[in-house]
Amino acid sequence: MRHLSIFLQYVGQYMKTRLTYRSDMVVELLSDLLFQAVNLIFILVVFGHTDLLSGWSRDEIIFIYGFFLVPFAFFSTFFNIWDFNERYIVKGELDRILTRPIHSLFQVILERMELESMFGVITGLAIMFYAGSNLGLTIEWYDPILFILFVIGGALVYAGIFISLATVSFWSDSRTAIMPMMYNIGNFGRYPVDIYNQVIRYVLTWILPFAFVGVYPAAFFLNKTEWYGYAFLTPFMGMLFFTLSIFLWNVGVTKYRGAGS
Amino acid sequence: MAKYIEMIRIRFLMMLAYRTNYYSGIIIYSINIAAYYFLWSAIYGGKEDIQGLSVIQMTTYIAVAWMARAFYFNNIDREIALEIKEGKVAVELIRPYQYLNMKTMAALGEGIFRLFFFSVPGMFIVSLIFPMEFSANLSTWGFFGISILFSFIINTQINLMTGIITFFLFNNDGLMRAKRVVIDLFSGLILPISFYPGWAQAAMEWFPFQYISYVPSMIFSEGFVGSEVWNAIMMQAIWCLILLIPIQVLWGLAKKQMVIQGG
Repeated sequence: MRHLSIFLQYVGQYMKTRLTYRSDMVVELLSDLLFQAVNLIFILVVFGHTDLLSGWSRDEIIFIYGFFLVPFAFFSTFFNIWDFNERYIVKGELDRILTRPIHSLFQVILERMELESMFGVITGLAIMFYAGSNLGLTIEWYDPILFILFVIGGALVYAGIFISLATVSFWSDSRTAIMPMMYNIGNFGRYPVDIYNQVIRYVLTWILPFAFVGVYPAAFFLNKTEWYGYAFLTPFMGMLFFTLSIFLWNVGVTKYRGAGS
Repeated sequence: MAKYIEMIRIRFLMMLAYRTNYYSGIIIYSINIAAYYFLWSAIYGGKEDIQGLSVIQMTTYIAVAWMARAFYFNNIDREIALEIKEGKVAVELIRPYQYLNMKTMAALGEGIFRLFFFSVPGMFIVSLIFPMEFSANLSTWGFFGISILFSFIINTQINLMTGIITFFLFNNDGLMRAKRVVIDLFSGLILPISFYPGWAQAAMEWFPFQYISYVPSMIFSEGFVGSEVWNAIMMQAIWCLILLIPIQVLWGLAKKQMVIQGG
């Protein structure tokens, strides 16, 4: 209850700061749309030169991308911590966080949230419905429930990976640029993993399991029965990686020595 | 002049102090290039070439594009925006140097560091794993060198511009993010410009973005030959000059209407 009221107060503050810099907010919304368009353009241009991507059609790839946008929107709204190292460790902002009686990760998340990223859910759903109707997909009664479970799973996979990367800063307090670079790797989970060789497929499934945010869960809705096993693993992978990252965080915080001034 | 060269040196040494994260960077870039390699192999399927680029040329193109990015990429727009927001820029302005030149030199120091500690070893590792074509022709290497220097200048000029715009918008995160996305797409980093439909290619002629990544990568993978190379480098030089104008105008306006928000 207390966490909920704190969350709501942060949302209120957030609205105020957004409205102070109104022109920036508009540009930010447009840049999010542009970001989503870029990947779509990539798919469209590529399929201007080929018909099938190892057996997957253009609309199927577009559908996977639409699905990916939904968990990714939740991730970028609440786990926008790619500059955690620079902001909280190098500058010593974490000192301030640690003096307060709420879980440190919860505070960091609240301070860095970006509510406007939630628009990704709308674009994602629109892209899914567009591609889905081209493919003639039908919606069963259990689809929405599984969709929600898969979206939560995917968002937690993303969150788990990036929180774990953030905790590296607790052990080495020097500057790291790993997180921004990692964003590119996340994109590859959207393509059919059977195009990659064994090593990369293994990495995208078990080490940096980005495939659980894109191709695996989306394959279920595309009726690709051979991937069902992986699809149903999605919520469990999400919980596993998220729990692991919280554990790493809790251990890491005890290792933190104030670095900034 | 000496103080600017000193700035390059200081930034280089600063990067050297934080070098551990570059080792991890090389691994991440390698995974990235590897994933693109397989993605493109799947896209090519059985085809000999698409738009005049063979699969091997395409791999070389992608690898070079990402490694060149390490050289020309920098965050000076974010640095400038932060200094404006925190009010530090006021102090910077009374110091005995040109603020924008100093930022450019810092970016150059960073670029040189990444070129030698990141791109060169990264390229070496990647070339061991994937089939790539390195030209035996020395002039190709020479032209590539000139071309990425221009890429650096054009990209830095665009960064300076986005940074200065913070003076007018006060908070500039959205614009900087939009700029990064636009450059990734229209510079030819993720897709060679020749893959786009004709009307899109014609539209991109009017922007400087393709001179950041497409041109050097095409020169290196020998997708450009003969007079095409000269023309491309000439266009890069022309864009470098054109971009000086909006920077000067924006900077002049910015100094007049500065609002310090904190500090």
